[in-house]
Amino acid sequence: MNTSKISINQLKLWYGESQALHGIDLDIAEKKITSFIGPSGCGKSTLLRCLNRMNDHISSCRIEGSVLIDGNDIYDPSVDVVQLRSHVGMVFQKPNPFPKSIYENIAYAPRIHGLASKGPEMDNLVEAVLRKAGLWEEVKDKLHEPGTALSGGQQQRLCIARTIAVKPEVILMDEPCSALDPIASTKIEELMDELKQDYTIIIVTHSMQQAARVSDYTAFFYMGNLIEFGKTGNIFTKPQQQQTEDYITGRFG
Amino acid sequence: MQHTMKRFDEELDALKEHILAMGGLVERAVGNSVQSMLEQNAKLAKKTIKRDRAINALEVQCDEMTRDLLVRRQPAAKDLRFIMGIIKLVTDLERMGDLAIGIAKGTLYSLDNPPRVFSNLDIMSEKVLRQIDRALEAFSRGDTELAMTVIEKDAGIDVLYKRLYREMLTYMVEYPKSISSSIILSNVAKNLERISDHATNIAEMVIYIEHGHDIRHVDHEAAARILAGEDFDDDDDE
Amino acid sequence: MNKAALNKALKRRYLKEKLFKGSAIFALLLAASFLIFFFTNMISQGVSALSQAEILVTVHYNEASAKSYRKAVDKAYRKIVSRGWLRTLPLYMEDHPELMGTSEEKWVLATSDVDQYLKGKPNRLKDKYKQQIDKLQEEGKVRLAFNVNFFTRGDSKMAELAGIKSAVIGSILVLFVTLVVALPIGVMTAIYLEEFAPDNKITQLIEVNINNLAAIPSILFGLLGLAIFINFFGVPRSSALVGGLTLALMTLPVIIITTRAALRAVPSTIREAAYGLGASRWQAVFHHVLPLALPGILTGSIIGLAQAMGETAPLLVIGMMAYIPDAPSSFTEAATVLPAQIFTWAGESIRAYEERTAAAILILVTVLLSMNAFAIWLRKRFEIRW
Repeated sequence: MNTSKISINQLKLWYGESQALHGIDLDIAEKKITSFIGPSGCGKSTLLRCLNRMNDHISSCRIEGSVLIDGNDIYDPSVDVVQLRSHVGMVFQKPNPFPKSIYENIAYAPRIHGLASKGPEMDNLVEAVLRKAGLWEEVKDKLHEPGTALSGGQQQRLCIARTIAVKPEVILMDEPCSALDPIASTKIEELMDELKQDYTIIIVTHSMQQAARVSDYTAFFYMGNLIEFGKTGNIFTKPQQQQTEDYITGRFG
Repeated sequence: MQHTMKRFDEELDALKEHILAMGGLVERAVGNSVQSMLEQNAKLAKKTIKRDRAINALEVQCDEMTRDLLVRRQPAAKDLRFIMGIIKLVTDLERMGDLAIGIAKGTLYSLDNPPRVFSNLDIMSEKVLRQIDRALEAFSRGDTELAMTVIEKDAGIDVLYKRLYREMLTYMVEYPKSISSSIILSNVAKNLERISDHATNIAEMVIYIEHGHDIRHVDHEAAARILAGEDFDDDDDE
Repeated sequence: MNKAALNKALKRRYLKEKLFKGSAIFALLLAASFLIFFFTNMISQGVSALSQAEILVTVHYNEASAKSYRKAVDKAYRKIVSRGWLRTLPLYMEDHPELMGTSEEKWVLATSDVDQYLKGKPNRLKDKYKQQIDKLQEEGKVRLAFNVNFFTRGDSKMAELAGIKSAVIGSILVLFVTLVVALPIGVMTAIYLEEFAPDNKITQLIEVNINNLAAIPSILFGLLGLAIFINFFGVPRSSALVGGLTLALMTLPVIIITTRAALRAVPSTIREAAYGLGASRWQAVFHHVLPLALPGILTGSIIGLAQAMGETAPLLVIGMMAYIPDAPSSFTEAATVLPAQIFTWAGESIRAYEERTAAAILILVTVLLSMNAFAIWLRKRFEIRW
């Protein structure tokens, strides 16, 4: 029984009157990549956004149940959301670097969280993080050019670099490759493979092939329910639930 | 439920038909080759040998079709197991065809010194043909119970082979002139026994395709337990 | 459908298109011609205001003229020289005591009738004076000089001395007050409503009301200003302060609406990125959203202020159309603004004011156009692509 980094217990979520998640029970393993798959509208992105409380910004959203990270319920009233998000980072579907310099994109978050002081300390952090994201060689001579001038794949790696600059423990990725071409996608997948040595990663993806390539564990969702969860190899070769089988083999109605 | 891509279903059906066609050809080859031995029919033996070409052609075609399916459809779950099963099935069928040719060649070798006694070769071949038939039927219908029957009955074929072998030995000692024909006969029986093993492989593949459990190197009692869901020795641990 | 019918249908479509294009061009030409007519009219009337008639006379600085300024020039000239200018002599002589007992030949401002006569415009100059002027003109003692007074002096009952200085300074002071009051309050309100307020019935009600406020006729703001600022708070009537406050009330809805639009135009992905990194709402808005929305906010504010600058109706209600000859030196002194000055001059019967009205209109229009052009330039310059 491995210790799970994140433990989701009977999580239910409503947008106003309509229920989007119907009691999810899920354990996410530490320093592994878990993928959430399922058809559109099945709740996988909604669930992902519960893990760093991004759903707090939607006023009609209401939840029941608990999400424990390292044993602490993140929905406890005493939890500081701003702090939480420095432990649980997020990368979005469309690369969204700030329209500021590359350096500033990375330095912003550590600065507001007080993780590094201006000057050489910050310079080192920026370099370390860009190296880790595999972007240093490509941008080291143009750190003060705007982040938006990079290509789509580079922008997304910049966003990943920006996220790991605050030294999170968990990285949430909401369809990070869907706006990228295949080669850029592959680079991101390669990066994920390296990052999982240090971070717990959860990825929502529409591409089953990507989930099969990249993740250690896969969770299949349908209509707000968790249908099946297990090792990726098993889910894709002998799923236990008929619905999982139908979705994976492209029989879905 | 059908695949959303109807073409995919059509391709899978076409592949299945090819396998069954190949299986039919193999079944006929085995039957004819043994018959040619029992009847000492050179013409039938030669025809059987020539017909192997058709079996080989189907093998190549099936391989091409599976390769196409793999690259274009990226099959998963049961579709993936089906394709993997087919790849192995084709090999087994092709081997069975080769073994049938071996038997036919044996007939041709035995012509100038035909065996007098055929022991239980006819009974054995009858049983083996039924095994092949059952295995192909199980594949066609996805019938895992029938597949288990094939697996269980394989032991009986082994027994028949051993009996024939012992009889041949005894016969050879008593009638030294029959040594060459007896050797040929026991080789023929050996081929039949191996054909039956291949039919068993096919049955094991059927179970893999249907349930995802690989029971190739597990004895059939353990296999029955696994199928019943009592023994879950693979996966889930690391 | 056969080929002939298709051709007919095609011809009809082309015809419709031509008609549409034609009517659009016609509308454009009509609008353009109105504009051209307006400008040529104003320019032709107003350009003459840049020059003012002067006469070369001998000015006597002596005790008699110190007491009675009319004695400073010879009798023959007393009726054709500007009395307003003559009135300034005693003070001038006090400041320059060394001039006592001297005389000098000086180019002196003529009356407005002389000025109009020389410009060939309708005037009330008596015939004998006309002859006098003609003679002086032959002698070269009459000229049209650049009208400095138009820019350096405030309003005057003497048309030849009337200028726009007090009105311009009044306008500047009023605009300053409007800016200082409306801009921060408007932007902050918009930021709060757009980024921080929860989306419920109350905020929706506020939004509807703000939109309505922007559509209220401006004169009602004048009444509001009268009631609140002058009557209740006792702000001095007709002062730049009350004018600025009233216009601030009027401009506030415009600034709020344009700021909200600018904030809304910032894609939500920027905010999400900031939140995802653990920025608080305040940090996300002020570090990321506001800088991106700034060009839009500035543009909207400048346009709002340009509108305020051209407003007359509310200011009339709070009394800013009084006769204000001297430029105000503080916010609480009585002032007037350029549009009000124009309104006043337009109602004068003396002909000389006509050209001044036109000139003042041209100046006002130029300022407004430049403010709008500046707003557009600003927007183009700082437009960030994301």
